This record gives sequence, C-alpha cells and structure tokens, in this order.
Amino acid sequence: MTSAETARPDAEQPEAKQAGEPTVIDPAGSPPPGSAPPGAEPKVPYRPGSLELLTALLIVVALFRGPLVSLFDTPAMQTWATVFVSIVIQAIPFLVLGVVISAVIAVFVPPSFFARALPKHPAAAVPVAGMAGVALPGCECGSVPIAGGLLRRGVTPAAAFAFLLSAPAINPVVLVATAVAFPNNPEMVFARFFASAATAMLMGWLWLRLGKSEWIRLPQRPDLAGLSKWGAFWASCRHDFVHAGGFLVIGGITAAVLNVTVPPSWLQAIADYPLLAVFVLALLAVLLSICSEADAFVAASLNQFSLTARLAFLVVGPMIDLKLFAMQIGTFGRSFAFRFAPATFFVAIGVSVLVGWLVL
Amino acid sequence: MNREAQSVLLLLVGGAVLRISVSDVYLRYVKEGLRPFLIVAGVLLVAIAVATLVRELFGAQAAQEEAAAEHHLEGSHGDDDGHGHSHHGPRVAWLLVLPVFATFLIAPPALGSYAASRGGTAVVQQPTSEFAPLPKTDPAEISVVEYFTRAVWDKGASMKDRNIKLTGFITPRPGGGVYLTRIMLSCCAADGRPIKVGLSGEQATGLEADTWVEVVGQYDPKTEKDKANDQAIPFFEARTVKQVPAPKRPYE
Repeated sequence: MTSAETARPDAEQPEAKQAGEPTVIDPAGSPPPGSAPPGAEPKVPYRPGSLELLTALLIVVALFRGPLVSLFDTPAMQTWATVFVSIVIQAIPFLVLGVVISAVIAVFVPPSFFARALPKHPAAAVPVAGMAGVALPGCECGSVPIAGGLLRRGVTPAAAFAFLLSAPAINPVVLVATAVAFPNNPEMVFARFFASAATAMLMGWLWLRLGKSEWIRLPQRPDLAGLSKWGAFWASCRHDFVHAGGFLVIGGITAAVLNVTVPPSWLQAIADYPLLAVFVLALLAVLLSICSEADAFVAASLNQFSLTARLAFLVVGPMIDLKLFAMQIGTFGRSFAFRFAPATFFVAIGVSVLVGWLVL
Repeated sequence: MNREAQSVLLLLVGGAVLRISVSDVYLRYVKEGLRPFLIVAGVLLVAIAVATLVRELFGAQAAQEEAAAEHHLEGSHGDDDGHGHSHHGPRVAWLLVLPVFATFLIAPPALGSYAASRGGTAVVQQPTSEFAPLPKTDPAEISVVEYFTRAVWDKGASMKDRNIKLTGFITPRPGGGVYLTRIMLSCCAADGRPIKVGLSGEQATGLEADTWVEVVGQYDPKTEKDKANDQAIPFFEARTVKQVPAPKRPYE
C-alpha cells in the first residue's frame, strides 16, 4: 500500500504489512489477529491525507492562476491544450457508460452465472467465453478480477483467459466508440471485433496446448460481497472511473504532444514503413494503457498512420498494457504474467496485420 | 488517494463536463451531437461523487464496510510480490485534475491557424453522386469544404458565374498571401484536418492570422500544391472581405 493509503486515520490493519507479504484479509472483513481490536481508537498521528493535498493543490492553482494561464498564451500551447481537452471530453461519456454497466454486472449478476453458462469441454468453452465478451461491457480493470473469480469457481483456465482478453475489446460500448471515432471507416469496427475475438480465442487455445496450471498462483481475494448492493455499486463506479480516468489523461497528453511537437514528417516517415508503424503503435498501446472505451479516440487522432497500424493499437491495448500486466501479476502471479503478456502481444500484432490486410 | 479525495475529484470532473456542455464551449472540442451524452455523463459523475460523500458523512456503518472493502479492492492491485508496478491506480488518478484545470482555467480555444499550418490540407474524397445545384440566393452561401470539393473535383463547373459567400478564418500562406481555412473533424478536435482555399484578389491583403471573415467572390480556376503533402489547393477570387465574429460551430 502507498503511504497515502496508510496515512488515512481510519486505516485498519497497519500491522498486517509484514515485509513483502500481500495483505490477507478474510471475507468477513474483520481485522486479522494482532491489529487493534475493533472499537478502540488506533493511535495514528495525524498526517495530511489525499483530501488535504487535493485542497491545497486547488488553492495553489487558484492563487497562481495568472502565471499558469500565461504559460498557455502561445498558439502551440493552446493547440496542445485543445487537443488534450478534446480527447478527454470525447471519451468521458463512453468511460462513464462502461464503468456504470460494468458496476451493474459486477454487483447484480451472480458470479456463478458465468460458471454455469459455459460448455463443459475446455476447447468448446474457449470460443463461447471469448464471444461472451460481447455481452459484458467493462474496462480492463474489471476483466482481470472477473477472470480470477471465474477461475476460483472452477471455470477452465483457457476459457477464463479468453474471456479476460475479449471482454474489454469487443463489448458494445467499445464498438460504438470505435464507430464514432472512425465515422468514415466503419470497417474498422468489424476489423477490431474480428481481430480481438480471434486473438482472445487463439490465446485460450494456446493455453490449452501449452499452459501449465502451476504457473497460476491465485491469492486470496474476496470480492465485493462484504458491501450492500448499492454500496458496492457506487464503490465500483468510483474505483473504475478514477483508475481509467487517470490513464485516459495520459493518453490525451501523449496524443496532444504527438500532435503538436512531433513534426508531421517524422510521423509520416514511420507511417510509411507499414510493419514498423504497426509495431510502433502496438508498443504505444502498451505504454499508454488507455481504457478500451476511450482508445479509439486517441487512435483516430493519429491520422498519419495507416488503418492497419491503428487497428494494431486498438487490438493490443485492451489485451496487454502496463496496467494490465501489473494486474495480471497481482491476480495470477509472475510466472503467469511473464509468459502470457508477451505471447498476447505478438499474437495480437500478428492477427491485426492479417485482418488489416484482409479487411482494411 | 482516499475515498473523499476521489469523490471531490469526480465532482470537479463532472462539474467541468457540465459547465462546458451546458454552454457552447464544448463545440470547440467535440461535435454537436455529443451534447446530451456529455450532460448525462456529467450528471452521473456528480451523482457518484455525491453518493459516496453522503455515505461517508451520514452512514458510519456503511462507511466502515466500504473502508474495509476498499482495502480489498486496492489490495488486488497491491498484491504483486514486490513488482515495481504496484499502485498505478490511486496515484494515476491525480492526473484527472489536469482536464479540470484545463477547462476551468485555460478554456483553450478552438483550433486555429497554428494547427492549420502544421498539417497538409485534408484529402477530400471524390463525391459519389452529382453535385446538387447551388442555393438560389445571391451570393450563394456554402461551406468551405463544399467549395473545395466542387473546385477540385468539378473544376468549378457547378459554380460558373455565380457569386459565392464563404466563411472561414485566415491562415498565412507561405510565400505571401493568405488561405481561407476551416478545420474539418471526423471525430473530435484531436483529429482535425485543415481545409485550405487560397484567396486571390486585392481585397485579400493585410489580413491577420486567425481572423474570421466572410468572403464574397467567384470561383478562381487557379490551383496550387500544398507543400506539406502535395494535395491540390483551390483558389477563390475575393471581391469583398468582411470581418465577422467567430461562429458558434467553428468546425466543419
């Protein structure tokens, strides 16, 4: 946990942080033995928490608004700011929609539903789970814990992983966002859907052939069962939006910087080498870690690049990026993540190039 | 970043979204059709923030449960046996202040001559159907994109001997003179491409960059190549040039 978290006056288990050990909390939510007994006031000295920090930041910015605004007096900075704001504003409705629907599913759909709905035979379960991603809008943030939950309920790992990869990539919110982002190229929507679904299923089958269960290490992770339904709903919305929003801002900043500072001829030079362009954008997708509901708008702004290269950006991003990599390590362990992530990256690139060549 | 700070942040983001979508400021960044969705999204964000704060302040029991669950929720990221990428989550959230500051403090303007000079003029597809006749008014008012398309793909045949009125902003032309420009969006301002029309005639002098003007004149068969990307740029012979305030919808 970061210090900002443990500095909260209501921090409950400071003693549980043994060196390097993950916080093990039992589902009932009671503190583990050894921490302060419930009801007793923990004697934590007051340290400013995030709320105070945020307030201080707002006050400082308000006080220094003159000099800060004059920083943006040049046409270059204003253009940067306009591009940045437009990507964020364009993406917010889709992000909010995805987060709300995802929270509804997480809270009001029992996890056992997924386990019952899949065919018994693993090889058949893979495509079904892969296509189930269509029905379940949600950011990548949601799919990793859901896949972990599926594994715990006995769903075959290959199917769980196919779902993990497809749900963020082929759900309706993402497809609509893609359609809105590329109004003159509706074939991008089909290409994204097809390439993402194919990659998800290929990875599932690949796991069936080559995967070993000892690579997976599932820590104890109780879900939101400890909260009331509405409490869980609001918590899930807030948690997901705040996570995804931060990465959206990074994506917006990067796109704005590319738009304003990099000479168009450089981008054109990269874009002129098709395979290089594909690889560069795929790498960019990994670095940016943008939520899948929003990445189409960033891709649309990169108009020097071919549609195939941008397709690679859109297919790779929801399946593997820095944020997902960290979450996969957290949920399934290092052995798994270090094998699964690079494999996903290259399979996704390969499938995108193929689909792009066929369709775009 | 704790729950209260996150809620305040959501309130700010929702407030920023509502502020620009209720006024016309949003048109500088996105298309008109997004307005209802922006308003709904803003309201939802404010609702999430308020719901969390209300539970915080008035439901001590609920708040405790949520505090416990927050540990579980955050813990799923933190449990990563020491990999350097633990805790992207809450720290990254701080970045959400940036769009809030940008909208409230800077309120960046619509894209103008700087953006237009950076890129080559946009490629306009050949239209698949016949050109409709121009509006019957004199002068016929059409969009800059429309003029561009008719000039490049039809060699101005549909505009012969007609007075035409165009509205756009001024971009300096390398080598002297000016372009009448509009920015064309496919999705939002981030992917805007400029449409440039060269202005000929004596009236088209002494005009400053980013000034919005209404130009009345006739089709000029002269064309040139945009140095940035070799696309054709048509010309327009300006008879009268009138300065106008920036329109509500700056993009085409």
